[in-house]
Amino acid sequence: MATTTTKPQAKTYVGQRIRRQEDPRLITGTATYVDDIQRPGMLYAAVLRSPYAAANIKSISTAGAMEMPGVKAVYTGKDVSSVGPVPCAGSMPTLRVPHHTILATDRVYYVGHPVVAVVASDRYVAQDALESIEVDYDPLDDVVADPEKALEKDSRKVHPEYDDNVAFTFHLDGGDVEKAFAEADTVVKLRVAAPRLAPSPIETRGVVAEYDEGAKELTIYSSTQIPHLLRTQLALQLNLPEHHLRVIAPEVGGGFGSKCNVWAEEALAGYIAIQLKQPIKWIENRRESILVVAHGRGHLDDVELAAKKDGTLTGLKLRILQDIGGHHQLLTPIIPTLSVLMLPGLYKFKSFTADLIGVFTNLAPTDLYRGAGRPEATYVIERIVDRMADELGMDPAEIRLKNFPGPDEFPFETATGLSYDSGDYAKAFNIALEKVGYQDFLKKQQEARKQGRLLGIGFCTYGELCAFGPSPALPAGGWESATVTVEATGKVAVMTGTSPHGQGAETTFSQIAADALGIPMDDIVVVHGDTAKVQHGIGTFGSRNTAIGGTAVHLALQEVVGKAKTYAGHMMEVDAADVAFEGGVFSSAKTDKTVSFQDVALEAHLCKNLPPDTEPGLSATRFFEPANFAFPFGAHIAVVEVDRETGEIQILRYLAVDDCGKVINPLMVDGQIHGGVAQGLGPALMEGVIYDEDGQLLNGTFMDYPIPKAQHMPWIESERTETPAPGNPLGVKGVGEAGTIGSLPAFVNGVVDALSPLGVQHIDIPMTPQKVWNLIQERSQS
Amino acid sequence: MIPASFDYSAPETLSEALKLLSENPDSKVLAGGQSLIPLLKFRLAAPAHLVDLGGVPDLHFIAESDGMIRIGAMTTHHQIEESDLLAEKCPLLAQTAASIGDVQVRNCGTIGGSVAHADPAADYPAALQALEAKVKIAGPGGERELGIDEFIVDALTTALEASEVVTEIQVPVEADGVGVSYRTIIQPASGFPIVGAAARIGVSDGKISFARVGMTGVAAKSYRATAVEAALEGKAADAETLAVASRLAAEGVEALSDLNASSEYRSHLASVQLRRALEEAAERAR
Repeated sequence: MATTTTKPQAKTYVGQRIRRQEDPRLITGTATYVDDIQRPGMLYAAVLRSPYAAANIKSISTAGAMEMPGVKAVYTGKDVSSVGPVPCAGSMPTLRVPHHTILATDRVYYVGHPVVAVVASDRYVAQDALESIEVDYDPLDDVVADPEKALEKDSRKVHPEYDDNVAFTFHLDGGDVEKAFAEADTVVKLRVAAPRLAPSPIETRGVVAEYDEGAKELTIYSSTQIPHLLRTQLALQLNLPEHHLRVIAPEVGGGFGSKCNVWAEEALAGYIAIQLKQPIKWIENRRESILVVAHGRGHLDDVELAAKKDGTLTGLKLRILQDIGGHHQLLTPIIPTLSVLMLPGLYKFKSFTADLIGVFTNLAPTDLYRGAGRPEATYVIERIVDRMADELGMDPAEIRLKNFPGPDEFPFETATGLSYDSGDYAKAFNIALEKVGYQDFLKKQQEARKQGRLLGIGFCTYGELCAFGPSPALPAGGWESATVTVEATGKVAVMTGTSPHGQGAETTFSQIAADALGIPMDDIVVVHGDTAKVQHGIGTFGSRNTAIGGTAVHLALQEVVGKAKTYAGHMMEVDAADVAFEGGVFSSAKTDKTVSFQDVALEAHLCKNLPPDTEPGLSATRFFEPANFAFPFGAHIAVVEVDRETGEIQILRYLAVDDCGKVINPLMVDGQIHGGVAQGLGPALMEGVIYDEDGQLLNGTFMDYPIPKAQHMPWIESERTETPAPGNPLGVKGVGEAGTIGSLPAFVNGVVDALSPLGVQHIDIPMTPQKVWNLIQERSQS
Repeated sequence: MIPASFDYSAPETLSEALKLLSENPDSKVLAGGQSLIPLLKFRLAAPAHLVDLGGVPDLHFIAESDGMIRIGAMTTHHQIEESDLLAEKCPLLAQTAASIGDVQVRNCGTIGGSVAHADPAADYPAALQALEAKVKIAGPGGERELGIDEFIVDALTTALEASEVVTEIQVPVEADGVGVSYRTIIQPASGFPIVGAAARIGVSDGKISFARVGMTGVAAKSYRATAVEAALEGKAADAETLAVASRLAAEGVEALSDLNASSEYRSHLASVQLRRALEEAAERAR
């Protein structure tokens, strides 16, 4: 048997701008998404959803649908009552978790609540059949569509089993906030709302379920970010032994957190496949996606900030109303607690009090969406700090620089008890200020204002809590796993427990492995998203993929190299301790002989001359449990001009200086920043779910719900500082959410600055032209 | 997003298409599909039969005759945007086509489909009103022609009978010394204008010798802003005249109110965008 000989590689991959290995299949249409999967005899499911936000179900007649040719089965809530509830991972003592069946039984709690499932020979018949199902609803008056009104005594109770609409409360405080406020020279207050956002991944949700009756094995293909966690939950919901369940996340076309969930339709498809003993496919349509895929944000925050007249921030009071929706999803109550943890932003004040109230409403559930709790917190702190600067007559750059911890103060213990790992906040901000030419801008702004032009500059100096995370901080484990297997030919498979869905981890992990083993990236395959192929893992969310998953890969590679050195030493007749490994070649100062990585791989499998006390094969599985989160940071600056006549906002410049620790692939980090900025620009300028008072979604299609397109994006002037993360050997922090966290406040602060000559102190998002114009009109008249 | 079932025909001649429409009362013409297909997918429309004009060859053309430019109904927005003939002789229409939707929409969508659909926020009607365009229609009883203002009756309503097909749009060759402009404010989700203002201005000896103004998006129906035209013609082509006239942009119409713009804001935008269009057109006329 001959080895495949590949030239030893001296070059390094980590740190290079390498194009993504995933892209050719994605852009040539050869990737396999859930909807590309075809199974013999496959049936199609469609879901009938409630047209009412709150109604009792009096009766359901499915007879008409059952008579239609091609309709195979119809399921109501009663038919699937043996399936366990949709899980919620929250665990705070005050948490109320209403029984959340996979199909509504007696009552519906929001528009889009799943009520009936139809299974048919094709998706057209299934869709037609939905129109033949008669559900007799008794719609309830007083739909609870406003979280603030939901807390009023006379509000109808969304869940009648509780005596009010409070889903949970959460309190955290530190220092002596009353003293801080009593001794403050200035206190400012703001009400900051972060409206609901529809996550809108390009690929909607989708499930294929197939039951092998002989093996008693259920296979679920789902567009998910967490195949292993989903398997455990489905085992519980369907009462199946976990080892008879296989979950596959095929190509996943984006998630932004919305697929880090356990959805009713996943258990539903599994249940039906077992019942009918035929494969089932369910593909969500775009309308359903905007309607029911847990909306992000949904915050109403009242904040007060105290400061000394020199600009030293001393204390903060925060009350968050979190709109829960009609039911919890997996992480619904947990997400806003991250807002509480991140409320200090990058600032040193130690005294605060925060009260978080989760409120049930007759709206779709909320849950995580890119940034998940941190964009809301950053928006609040960055807005109120600007407000304070304005009140004190201080430069908004100066107040920030004054309150950052210095680079020598890390690890920095925050007011809320987090330990910021490393950073130089002033450095990143100063680079951004320098690059934008801040002092020159201020002169230009003065000139522009004299001409009546509304020119503004907005800062956001943000910190991020990512690399989720230490297991005690997560409901289902915060570690990650990796297996590195070297084949006889020297080709390498890396099995990661993460489940990348657009992040490009196949490329990143190949870069890490290629450098560690001195082989070309093409000799490496990264395997993920299949519970039958990959050891247990947690998944991809919370900017954890590289910091946690990549570190597990790194550890497994180190172990493989260690074992390979033992083989190589034996082959070269020197001690393993004297073996050096570089560029794919094993050598030793004790001999002229060398052996290649491929030689060792072959010997490890042929085993003609194994070293004593070693086992055949060359592979390792390692788990990495981080001791802390990682804390990236950065400074974003938006220069904007408001059209006084139309209210339109033009972005003149956009600068991003980000620090995500060590960078594996600068090209991909740039891409993450660009995409992140787009998802901050959306809610800043145009995006937001709009419900009427009856809980009806008013902008439920892409004709009405604006997500930013290429033409809406500014040119992003991007730079980085690089402060290694001390918490993992790669020194990486995470960058998946940074752009979203950093951008929105910069846009809003920029527009408020532009409008400040009119006396404007705050504007709610989205800052649509109509809203800006209204504000200008009001101010011009007053 | 799955339409109800329908029959589908792809006739190869216009007469075959007209015959199919007459024989199938619940039928609908499919042109570029940029409006009809979404309506079908949302099940807001569920015709029993679609008659696809994509295979009818004699509906694709842009040609000049007798001082008019004739544009086949199945000509795409992209073809209009890229037409050298239109760029030279009717630049307003080419500029308007260029501002429609996005590249994909412009590659598929057709001018005939757009006018027959009569979306109150479509781009073309502003230009077509300002150009006093004619719409040529074929039906079982033969051909007829209507002015654009007669053709479009109301939001999503035209003078077209169910058995008729739009075959051609006719616009005049622009006279020398006429400047044109089309200005919009775009709704970011749909790409449709919240308001669109199209202006044609002739200037001679510093005076406005000719003015035609078309508005879209403002009201349920596109319209020619005749009050604005009257306030322009014969006056000095200066900023003051243009500003005063543009305040009449929404005169006499009931401005729409929706999630994107209240009627007050929309009327205001109509004036602002019209003034900007007039300024640009006047500048180009010089």
